[in-house]
Amino acid sequence: MKLKTLFFALFCASLSLQAQEYFPKNDGVKAGVNTNYTVFKNARIHVDPSKTIDNGMFAVRDGKITAIGKSINVPANSVVIDLKGKDVYPSFIDLNTNFGIEKPKSNGGSPYSGNPQYDASRAGYYWNDHIRPETTALENFEYSTSEAEALRKLGFGVVNTHMPDGIIRGTGMLVALNSEGTEGDRILNQRSAQYLSFSKSAKSKQVYPSSIMGAMALLRQTYLDADWYSKGNSDTKDLALEALNNNKNLVQIFAADDLLNELRADKVGDEFNIQYVIAGTGEEYKRLDAVKATNATYIVPLKFPEAFDMEDPYQAGFASLEDMKEWNQAPANLKMMAEKGIPFTLTAFGEEKSFKENLLKAVEYGLDKETALAALTTVPAKLLGEENKLGTLKEGAWANFIITSGDYFDKETTLYENWVQGRRAVIEDMNTVNLNGTYDLAVSGKSYEMKISGEPAKPKAEITRGDAKIGSKVNYQDNWISLLLSSPDTTKTEYIRLTAKVPENPEAFSGKAILEDGSQTTFTATKTASAEEKEKEDKGSEHPELLPITYPNMAYGFETLPKQEDLLFRHATVWTSEDTGILENTDVLVRNGKISRIGKDLSAGRATVIDATGKHLTAGIIDEHSHIAASAVNEAGHNSSAEVNMEDVVDPNDIGIYRNLGGGVTTMQLLHGSANPIGGRSAILKMKWGSSPEEMIIDNSPKYIKFALGENVKQANWDSESRFPQTRMGVEQVFADNFTRAREYEAKKNSGQAYRKDIEMETLLEVLNGERFVTAHSYVQSEINMLMKVAERFGFNINTFTHILEGYKLADKMKEHGVGGSTFSDWWAYKYEVNDAIPQNASIMHNAGVTVAINSDDSEMSRRLNQEAAKSMKYGDVSEEEAWKFVTLNPAKLLHIDDRVGSIKEGKDADLVLWTDHPLSVYAKAEKTIIEGTVYFDLKRDEQLRKDIEAQKNLLTTQMLKAKNDGVKTQPVKATKKEEFHCNTL
Amino acid sequence: MKNIKSIFLLAFLMTAATGFAQQTPAPKQTEAITIVGATAHIGNGEIIENSLIILEDGKIRTITNANSTKMPYRGTVIQAEGKHVYPGFIAPNSSLGLVEIDAIRQTDDESELGELLPHVRSIVAYNAESKVVESMRPNGVLIGQITPRGGRISGTSSIVQFDAWNWEDAIMKENDGLHINWPNSFRRGRWWAGEDPGVKPNDEYMKESKELTEFFSNAKAYLAGSRSQTHLPFEAMERVFSGEKKVYIHADGEKEIMDIINFKKDNDLENVILVGGYNAYKVSDELKNNNISVLLARAHQTPNLDDEDYDLPYKMAKLLTDKGIIVGLETSGGMERMNTRNLPFYAGTAVAHGVNKEEALKMITSNTAKILGIDDTVGTLEEGKDATLFISEGDALDMRTNKLSKAFIQGRDISLESHQTELAKRYSEKFENQEQEASQGQ
Repeated sequence: MKLKTLFFALFCASLSLQAQEYFPKNDGVKAGVNTNYTVFKNARIHVDPSKTIDNGMFAVRDGKITAIGKSINVPANSVVIDLKGKDVYPSFIDLNTNFGIEKPKSNGGSPYSGNPQYDASRAGYYWNDHIRPETTALENFEYSTSEAEALRKLGFGVVNTHMPDGIIRGTGMLVALNSEGTEGDRILNQRSAQYLSFSKSAKSKQVYPSSIMGAMALLRQTYLDADWYSKGNSDTKDLALEALNNNKNLVQIFAADDLLNELRADKVGDEFNIQYVIAGTGEEYKRLDAVKATNATYIVPLKFPEAFDMEDPYQAGFASLEDMKEWNQAPANLKMMAEKGIPFTLTAFGEEKSFKENLLKAVEYGLDKETALAALTTVPAKLLGEENKLGTLKEGAWANFIITSGDYFDKETTLYENWVQGRRAVIEDMNTVNLNGTYDLAVSGKSYEMKISGEPAKPKAEITRGDAKIGSKVNYQDNWISLLLSSPDTTKTEYIRLTAKVPENPEAFSGKAILEDGSQTTFTATKTASAEEKEKEDKGSEHPELLPITYPNMAYGFETLPKQEDLLFRHATVWTSEDTGILENTDVLVRNGKISRIGKDLSAGRATVIDATGKHLTAGIIDEHSHIAASAVNEAGHNSSAEVNMEDVVDPNDIGIYRNLGGGVTTMQLLHGSANPIGGRSAILKMKWGSSPEEMIIDNSPKYIKFALGENVKQANWDSESRFPQTRMGVEQVFADNFTRAREYEAKKNSGQAYRKDIEMETLLEVLNGERFVTAHSYVQSEINMLMKVAERFGFNINTFTHILEGYKLADKMKEHGVGGSTFSDWWAYKYEVNDAIPQNASIMHNAGVTVAINSDDSEMSRRLNQEAAKSMKYGDVSEEEAWKFVTLNPAKLLHIDDRVGSIKEGKDADLVLWTDHPLSVYAKAEKTIIEGTVYFDLKRDEQLRKDIEAQKNLLTTQMLKAKNDGVKTQPVKATKKEEFHCNTL
Repeated sequence: MKNIKSIFLLAFLMTAATGFAQQTPAPKQTEAITIVGATAHIGNGEIIENSLIILEDGKIRTITNANSTKMPYRGTVIQAEGKHVYPGFIAPNSSLGLVEIDAIRQTDDESELGELLPHVRSIVAYNAESKVVESMRPNGVLIGQITPRGGRISGTSSIVQFDAWNWEDAIMKENDGLHINWPNSFRRGRWWAGEDPGVKPNDEYMKESKELTEFFSNAKAYLAGSRSQTHLPFEAMERVFSGEKKVYIHADGEKEIMDIINFKKDNDLENVILVGGYNAYKVSDELKNNNISVLLARAHQTPNLDDEDYDLPYKMAKLLTDKGIIVGLETSGGMERMNTRNLPFYAGTAVAHGVNKEEALKMITSNTAKILGIDDTVGTLEEGKDATLFISEGDALDMRTNKLSKAFIQGRDISLESHQTELAKRYSEKFENQEQEASQGQ
């Protein structure tokens, strides 16, 4: 404990009435300990969310509840407090705070500026600085009376606090917000949970992990290493792994910063049989099924986006439907989670100001009060295993409760007192007499009418004499009222002052009056009428109309996902990409998601008939090299990152997916970027817009990994000289080193000795053993040749060279090695290594017998890959049938999925595009794009979606304008634009 | 075997002789050339199906329907039945020749230090021997407006043809335009400074616009005075105010475009051209009423906002031409130099999205020539104009059929080879020879 904390604790202890019994006492007599009971009676006691005792009683002693019920035995040594007309609730619990703990600040700057730090900066701990399970809340803790006060005002009594820094963040502790107690009283459990996240520590600039997939891989490897360490396999001490093993049985709370990361965290947890409690984002409603499937309990922030200020139409134009819908729908998140049966608790930390308002808003949007109360009390208590001590009012539980003027969920309700561990904290004086009503005010022979209204503690007075309004000011504190009356003659500066102590029953009261001339007399006030019952404004269902959730919940999302259909295309020009070539006036029948028949005059059966006369039907386009639909692209923290997996970071909300469908793309390989010689594993996706990442990843996906060569991996295009390799010579050695180590790893693994399971080595072993294919980003012939030779030396083959801009220089060697080439059609001149890139590359490789594909590496080009293929006809005189295969059958072959996709053949997946024109022509548009018999893109439906977007945005704009008009706080319009990724995006 | 060897040697010598050097500019036209039978795309919206075109002294002497004339052929005759003749395509707002390799600073001369640089002239840095420039020609792009980048006023452009020994020879129109980058009312958050990378209002917008207005006012005042101390930037504005130098204002936003229209009025500028114009379609009536033409950003880009139509960039040309605005297509953006050879396909994309083919052709020929003020010599296949044209095997707006067999610049029969075709030949021949050797060896 820090010295300062210690002093503070001592200070608090000195204020404490109840010193601990074994502590010496020098400031008074030890026998002065208070052992009385405090008994509360006549309260409406909310024992727990589902049980209420009307006119109940309970007794408190030594910070605990000793008895509770309709009627309890009142010991003689009791102080009794009458709570007639008041409600008592168990106080609330917040599990996700950094109460009393300062979050470390990063020194800022890009981790890549200067010479990046690749190694850990600590000794004796794990090899990665962002794994900090040894951190404890206690060592960083300093009880904050002001934060405690702010939380108590809302009704919180206990919080879990932790150091929010790093990927594994160490243990949190459970603290009661008892400002009068000592740390000894307050700390209920100093190891109450372990906290995790995907965010790196601000205390270290170690680059790894630079990406979300890197963070996931790091977590996995850390768990494996902890297990290995626990078996005594390590020769050296690792304080971090030891701590992690010690924390194993604690509740594990994972803080995620977006919905996709919530699901990713759960996925990692599942792999190690760890069920995280997920500290979520409030966006759960966007994918409720997936959230439900995590089986996690959620900690949800009560934070809703502010409306945009839509007044300036130019600014308004930047607002996205996605962001606008979030404003419209987020307040209904808790209601939807509750209806779905997803357990959750709430957090107010950092958002204290809007907590009550937002909680009531959630209730207004349909969250039932019982669930809301449980989320604040019993659910968090149970998560911590403290259900008998916290979150409920029962014998033996902590006397943590709040006293309110009525239903907590009523806007008018006042929170009077918040008792923590039997210590009273007054928030509003509950004995304040409510003065509201009309009085006859008599002062020195004159009679006034006085109307008092407003909040009991802050009354407003309206005083009239005859028709004249008298200016007045009222001050009301501790049941003493002061009134200042101005002269009815506004030209005069004269006042009458009145002051009186108000009796408990304010039917009539009197006090001292000081008149204009300073003379003193008395005044009387006699109630003539009670306060008018304010008509309760029933705003219950007045929230703006909710828009439907779509998948994804943004522009062009589907309200209901399109369904698989049986389809018959009639009279199409069919590009089979098979030996049968291009068939004129031909029918294609799709059944159960497969191409069922190709022929003339086929019978439709139950299939929907599509007249394709004058149109062209082809297999869907396959992009061998894409970075759309990804949350990250490079794990740039290590020169080998075989442990990371792009399947972990598929982003189903990328508009690029929809736009690619609009360009006839049905399948693509989501590749890791080109930052490292050994990159990460690929995801092969079908462009199933609206689906989850798991549904987009193709079944039984062949395994791939990205390698990269040249300028990017040697970091030649940015100033960095701290990472090996800096030359193409070094690149070879990175491969040689890693493959050698992989073989040695394999030998140890197979020897039966204990070995440290290493995900990176496991992946490389798959490569060496031909179970995982390599797609290698490459430019110049020297490096291409080198990688083929290295692969041959280690007994495997490179599957695909991607980009391969100088492939035409050694197509013969490629053919011999058996590697395919997936290239750009015409890109060059953007960096030195593409100086000899030529648009004839594809055709020369093709003519030499290499399997050639045209790829995009670009979200713009990918949506017109048909045109890129056509450039091979222009530059390289490739036939149109062969050119078409460059973007269909050939990439399917390179991805080892040509048994399923890439051509129109009976039995293959019905991944089809209906084109308005010759598919290789710049004039062709994709009219329908179909995946496994489901129409994911349709020009006509697109027209309708555009109209829907316009109508919805119009409605939301009106709602936001109304909100602003109603005085709701707004924020300036921002446009969140996702970054478009390329290979070299860091 | 011996024979093969000598062929190989010959091939090697040929590539060695031409390989890795720039294409030699073609000599001046000395003899008439007659192109017979091609479909002539005039560039003004018209077509002559079976045309007779005679080129002489660098000009188009005759262009007519071959069916309706008995005019004798002159000089070299090119039989072009089934082929297509187009006026040379024009790439406005191009930085060709100013940068050779994007990532290599040593080859980059497109952006000068400073904000208000009307005196900075692109022409002197234009590399007539650029390997990128020569790669334009096989696609029919024969003319470019070489434009500096960066700053608020980037500098002064010049128009060149793409077959010259040096920049001086390349000039078609020197110092033709002033280029202004209009400030943005919205800006991208500086993510590297820890800001949200989204778009947010630019608080400096008014200030930045005022700086421009003030610069124009000061330039006018200076030019009206005694000029006792020479001010190079203001001097460079003289031809702007005289109307000789057109004003190209680069902007995309709706509000920005409205402000540009006011700027044009306030400064009494005759020739203002909007460049980029992403949101021009939203203010097309105002542009039309104020006689402002648009050099429209490349069709091959993704929409700026998620909510926008997936084909918005594809159909912008249609949206503007429907309102009667004169539209030319430009190519600036990522990898803009090498991408400029795709200019014809941007026009093709406009066709796919509603523009008539010959109208789309105008957007890369006559419209652009008009906008740039070079329509007296280029932009259409009309008698008296420069013989800057090419013959394609098929429709030149479609990558599937854009295949040039001949191209002429001012009547000169230019090479359609390039660094790239030479490499292609060199290695194709290598593999062919290997195959032959292998089959002979059997």
